[in-house]
Amino acid sequence: MTAIAPAAPVRAKRVLPGFGLTMGVTLTYVGVIVLLPVIALVLKGAEIGPERFVQIITAPRTRAALQLTLVAATMATIFNALYGLLMAWVLVRYDFPGKRLLDALMDVPFALPTAVAGLALTALFAGNGWYGALLQPLGIEVVYTIWGVALAMSFTSIPFVVRSVQPVLEDLDPQYEEAAVTLGAHRWTIFYRVILPAILPAWLVGITLSFARSLGEFGAVVFIAGNLPMKTEIASLLAFIRLEEYDYNGAAAIALVLLFIALVLLVASNLLQARAMRYKGKGA
Amino acid sequence: MSLSIANMTRRFGQTEVLRGIDLDIGKGELVALLGPSGSGKTTLLRIIAGLDWPDAGSLAVDGQDWLGRTAQARRTGFVFQHYALFPHMKVRDNIAFGLTVLPRSQRPPSAQIEARVRELLHFLQIDALADRYPSELSGGQRQRVALGRALAISPRLLLLDEPFGALDAQVRRDLRRWLRGVHEASGTTTIFVTHDQEEAFELADRVVVMGAGRIEQIGHPDEIYDHPASAFVARFVGLTVELPVTMHQGRAEAPGIDLTALPRRAMADGPATLFLRPSDIAVRPDPEGCFRVAEIVSTGALLRLQLTGPDGCGIEAEMPRRRIAGLETGQPVLLRPEAGRIFPAAPRSDQPATPAPLPAFKEQRL
Ligand SMILES: Nc1ncnc2c1ncn2[C@@H]1O[C@H](COP(=O)(O)OP(=O)(O)OP(=O)(O)O)[C@@H](O)[C@H]1O
Ligand SMILES: [Mg+2]
Repeated sequence: MTAIAPAAPVRAKRVLPGFGLTMGVTLTYVGVIVLLPVIALVLKGAEIGPERFVQIITAPRTRAALQLTLVAATMATIFNALYGLLMAWVLVRYDFPGKRLLDALMDVPFALPTAVAGLALTALFAGNGWYGALLQPLGIEVVYTIWGVALAMSFTSIPFVVRSVQPVLEDLDPQYEEAAVTLGAHRWTIFYRVILPAILPAWLVGITLSFARSLGEFGAVVFIAGNLPMKTEIASLLAFIRLEEYDYNGAAAIALVLLFIALVLLVASNLLQARAMRYKGKGA
Repeated sequence: MSLSIANMTRRFGQTEVLRGIDLDIGKGELVALLGPSGSGKTTLLRIIAGLDWPDAGSLAVDGQDWLGRTAQARRTGFVFQHYALFPHMKVRDNIAFGLTVLPRSQRPPSAQIEARVRELLHFLQIDALADRYPSELSGGQRQRVALGRALAISPRLLLLDEPFGALDAQVRRDLRRWLRGVHEASGTTTIFVTHDQEEAFELADRVVVMGAGRIEQIGHPDEIYDHPASAFVARFVGLTVELPVTMHQGRAEAPGIDLTALPRRAMADGPATLFLRPSDIAVRPDPEGCFRVAEIVSTGALLRLQLTGPDGCGIEAEMPRRRIAGLETGQPVLLRPEAGRIFPAAPRSDQPATPAPLPAFKEQRL
């Protein structure tokens, strides 16, 4: 039998070697550090049983905590999305004295221990604090209200938006804007038809990360929130309290809900990003 | 639309990029800005488009001052060197952009915009690409889209910055012919930048040769080719062989070179430099000749000779292969230039100066 030897499949050569090794390390890391705890949590949750799970989640105190967390995180994220974009814009597009300092300050919320941030914010916004003293006569209470919760969340997560948008904005070729100008477009038109589409994927990443971080923020929030059950108690604190009461199921159920929301959000964000980047196309 | 630039200067920090540009362009003309890299071509084009402003000088279009106008108000069609197509917009949206950003009161109805885009796509012969993104196009196709986007606003002034820079020779040649057609069909005044001499000469009604921020010569392509006005232009249009000669009663003289084919010139006696194209030098074997053939390379149609002179200087000559049979390396030859330009052997200030601040200029600005 004279079979014609099939031509050896041509394998695209990779530019850099070591794919196997780097991929292996990455997968191991993701598995051990990220995936395993998540799986453990899910398994733990599965032990609870659906009936008990629903019971825990729908208990008034849990529901109030989850609601507060979600609403405050949404408030914080909306603020961060807008203010973070503005910050990134200012840092990239304008030159002014103190720009480097402002740029460095942007990282403070990440660098600062969250407890310190929480204490500082509480001191500032308490009735006798610098800001609190100004706001109180206006009837605005921040400390021990949802505003305080949102404030702490916003403070600790704003760098996500700034730092994701900033590099993309920096790399944006000014030629696109110049082309738009010669075609008669004015500032706002250029911003939303040329610049915004280019930074949208990065902005979405920043917003998602900011929201996810806000959902889970603990250290900064517990200082300013007052933690009144049913009123200003956030979900992660409630999970912590359950754990202290040796109510592992209660803690796991709340954690699972938070995990679920974060996952849904990540998926949604990825879909949106893919949509925003569809022009990068097959050819690119 | 006619355009008039007077005494225009532009500097970036210490670098003087434009050093006094005077240029008039008539309605419907197709003008090439030709010059080596860094000579200020793009800068001049950007100033005309309103993307940059000069430090001094004036820019008037149809008699009206344009420096006080924004780029938006000028509505020039600008085609960027690297096209700058909006990457997130399909071809049709790129082309429609200039129409869709008009204020609502001036914006044509969307059906009309669509029709205009379709017409342009057809005109540019890219109907099939309307729904692709720029990343899915070839260089030549992007070029057409960029031109379509600029033409969509019916500009009366079309500015192109090295429109064919990134394309291969064949595509360039096709697009050149096609651009000429576009220019004639649309009746715009067109200025395009290039550093390719052939492109400028083939395409333009008039060529503006720029060197180091100054206009060296303006003229019809043939005029520039035959009568370069300065040593700089001579070098730039391919008169790359430079021979030191001595002027004597209007004739150039040099040992070992037969210069009798060159016409007399009204120039003072003294040292001068003769600029020649390699193809304008006839080479004849002659035992008395004091140039020697150092190397012969065939390019197929042409023979390229490296010749060594009496003082060791090397020059290049070029001729059809069949014209000279039996030329060998090492052979002594006589040179007989058939055409050339002579400029006084001045201190070489006519060279493209490195962009350094000129002291005289500084004083003038203070
Ligand atoms: N924004 C700028 N800042 C500083 N220098 C600049 C700037 N733009 C241009 N230059 C300088 O001005 C000079 C002329 O630039 P220009 O882009 O006009 O040259 P060009 O003739 O278009 O060259 P090329 O053929 O390489 O495109 C160069 O020396 C360049 O470095
Ligand atoms: Mg240029």
